[in-house]
Amino acid sequence: MIANLGYGALVITFLVSLYGVGASFYGMRQNKPAWVDSARNGMLLTFPLLTLSALSIIVLLVTDHYEVEYVASVTSRSMPMYLKVTALWGGQAGSLVFWSWLMSAFASAVTLRKWDRDREFLPWVIVVSLITLAFFISLNIFIENPFTRLWQMPSGQVIEEMFQPAGSVLFYPRDGQGLNPLLRHPGMIIHPPMLYLGFVAFVIPFAFAIAALVTGRTDDRWIRLTRRWTLWAWMFLSLGLVLGGRWAYDVLGWGGYWGWDPVEIAAFMPWLTGTAFLHSVMIQEKRGMLKQWNMVLIILTYSLVIFGTFLTRSGVLSSVHAFAQSAIGPMFFAFIGVTFIASLSLLFNRWNDLKAKTEMTSMLSREALFLLNNLLFIGILVVCFWGVMFPLISELFTGQKVTVGPPFYERANGPLFAGLLLLMAIAPLSAWGHSTIKTLGRAVWKPTIVSVLVVVAVVISGITNPYALIGIFLTALVITVTVYEFWRGAMARGKRHGENFYVALWTLVKRNRRRYGGYIIHLSMAMLAIGIIGIEIFQSETQGTLSQGETLTLGAYTMSYDSLAVFDAPDGRNVARAVVSVNKNGKPVGELYPRRDFFYDSQQPMTIPGVRSTIEDDFYILLVDWEEISISNATFKVYHNPLVKWMWLGSWLFVFGTLVAAWPEKESDPVPARNRKRVSATAKA
Amino acid sequence: MQKSLIKNHQSSVIWILLLFVLLAAPVTVFAQDVDPNAPTDDEINAIAKELYCPVCENVPLDVCGTQACADWREEIRVKLSEGWSEDEIKQYFMERFGARVLAEPPPQGLNWLVYVVPPIAFLGGVYVLYRGVKSWRQIEADDDVIEQSQVEEKPTDDYVARLEEELRRSEQ
Repeated sequence: MIANLGYGALVITFLVSLYGVGASFYGMRQNKPAWVDSARNGMLLTFPLLTLSALSIIVLLVTDHYEVEYVASVTSRSMPMYLKVTALWGGQAGSLVFWSWLMSAFASAVTLRKWDRDREFLPWVIVVSLITLAFFISLNIFIENPFTRLWQMPSGQVIEEMFQPAGSVLFYPRDGQGLNPLLRHPGMIIHPPMLYLGFVAFVIPFAFAIAALVTGRTDDRWIRLTRRWTLWAWMFLSLGLVLGGRWAYDVLGWGGYWGWDPVEIAAFMPWLTGTAFLHSVMIQEKRGMLKQWNMVLIILTYSLVIFGTFLTRSGVLSSVHAFAQSAIGPMFFAFIGVTFIASLSLLFNRWNDLKAKTEMTSMLSREALFLLNNLLFIGILVVCFWGVMFPLISELFTGQKVTVGPPFYERANGPLFAGLLLLMAIAPLSAWGHSTIKTLGRAVWKPTIVSVLVVVAVVISGITNPYALIGIFLTALVITVTVYEFWRGAMARGKRHGENFYVALWTLVKRNRRRYGGYIIHLSMAMLAIGIIGIEIFQSETQGTLSQGETLTLGAYTMSYDSLAVFDAPDGRNVARAVVSVNKNGKPVGELYPRRDFFYDSQQPMTIPGVRSTIEDDFYILLVDWEEISISNATFKVYHNPLVKWMWLGSWLFVFGTLVAAWPEKESDPVPARNRKRVSATAKA
Repeated sequence: MQKSLIKNHQSSVIWILLLFVLLAAPVTVFAQDVDPNAPTDDEINAIAKELYCPVCENVPLDVCGTQACADWREEIRVKLSEGWSEDEIKQYFMERFGARVLAEPPPQGLNWLVYVVPPIAFLGGVYVLYRGVKSWRQIEADDDVIEQSQVEEKPTDDYVARLEEELRRSEQ
């Protein structure tokens, strides 16, 4: 009953989406606004329908309906309620419904905005959003149906079908297989929703861009309308990436946060183009330049969002042949191809209308530096894209599987990231339109001296690694320049309005949220850079087998193996938990409890580290192995991760910065294009 | 008679073996405890870190939790104790499981593309950017753009305008 309800809601949503696309087209062609309004209502309807469908899955999950194949594959009786709910995105079919549900939420939110002055965009925003939605729902209806049930045939064979085959009865397994243990972690509960939110939210600016291309409104109206959507999308995507890193750090048991795995890179690629886009649109808004390039970037971002989902959902990463054999892979591939080619065709059709109206007068102007920033982002994208694609190409043409691992990405991307840090430091000091070495030199010399002093202090403290010193110099420069900008702005405002420094700073940020929100994000990126430098360059590790009471030393830390207990937990785990005392520089700093959980239902282990985390460093212990019976000996792997906490703190600051930048301001609405011309004419007169 | 001889012979062999085991055991334990040439876990991990699990996707051998990887780490230990070098061990794993066990494709044949394409693409981007900037020509300034930015900036962004004006003045 519930499965039928959920499936029915999915099918109706699919039909409503197709209707919306058709009605919108027809309304436009025939100039009948009522049809467009009807399509708009259809788009609004997708949200409650998909909510019903998603809720149906959740009800099936929490009530142990193991006759539903999806429920049996991702839950088990021993799982706590909250994990059963989050199992909605714990498997392929459920996560696709979740994707569509979020997409419909965003599409509905867009629908509810006031369209009076941008009515011409509406039909195309509906068309693009609903085509995307219909595609994802079609994957669920035709290939990955989360409501498929298990049926026992008269022969005893159990088959998966949505509807009852003749002569069969429902098959009820006694228990499910349970969620993949790696997904049973708070980080994994929040990480996919954030990532998906970021993904689907980027569909909105893309839909507006296509609407602008089709309607010929090639000014920057579409950018202004979607500025906040883009920022929210970017924030969710960034947060998804950071939470993914945190999850890897806490769960995967290799002492790191980012392994340049293709799945990670799949989510990172749209972030790269999205970040380039966020910077690049400012040039269009301020200088009327790079209109074509902005279109390219948003089309790329949308395509990479779909491509990222394709990479992780089609099985192509495990084998090109798995992709060819799965039904979902070719469908994704076709959709990406069609949307990409259609978008580029539209863009080339409008190419001349999008030409810049002003020139780039100085290679040191802010727009020129932003352009360089774009080049670096795209450079990193090329490295990532090629690194992910090459193993597939190699397998396809030579039959040989190869691995493109971290050394490749780090070597190729390291200098590009350094370039980005340098630009992050310099660009805020350059002026729009025109800047010279002299101007920039005057603005940058004080922060440079401070940064050099920081490097000198670091060298005196004993650090001489050249890569670390370059990274520290650039990070210090970003922080100094950004803080200097805040200070200079607040001082100028205080002087002008007679306000004290703090009031002036508050008002300054409040009245220029986008600019100072952006600066806060720059500060957060510098904090992330500190964490990355710490763990990438200065991480150390050791491993040893200890008898109870023995110690293992790494740097200033010494750990002592005290005891180990093996027991069954009520949620279906067998837990091996060690108690380890930790000393730093000879002084006790506490106990840690690294453990290994073994999940009976899925027959999979999970290694949970014991971590002592401070602003200075993390001491990270993994329980690798132990003697089964006597437990007198146990093997531990220990990592010393300097400064890694700065990454997690930086991500909080980053969220705050994005909220500041995206928070609605009380500003007068931009004058619409038609009125603007009138304003312009009046001004001339 | 013959049976008794065989039995006696068997029991002597067992006694000799037992004696040998008893004598050898402390030597073995001693060897384990103090052999300075026995590879440490860190030496094994240093090599395993640069190899990828031949079974799992994109998981370095030093952190892979599967039993197969534990066995392969043990194999590294044995090879190291036999005096194999790091390169020899890597080569052995590559010959056995293919190039996918290496963190990067060996630079040969088609694999060269992985190293060559990104820098060429990046240099191409630099060239396109250079040409684009060079060929930028002043076209009549668009009134719309100027009007629009003025309309939006004036009420909220006076600081930005002033700061930029300040920068321009400092140039003069």
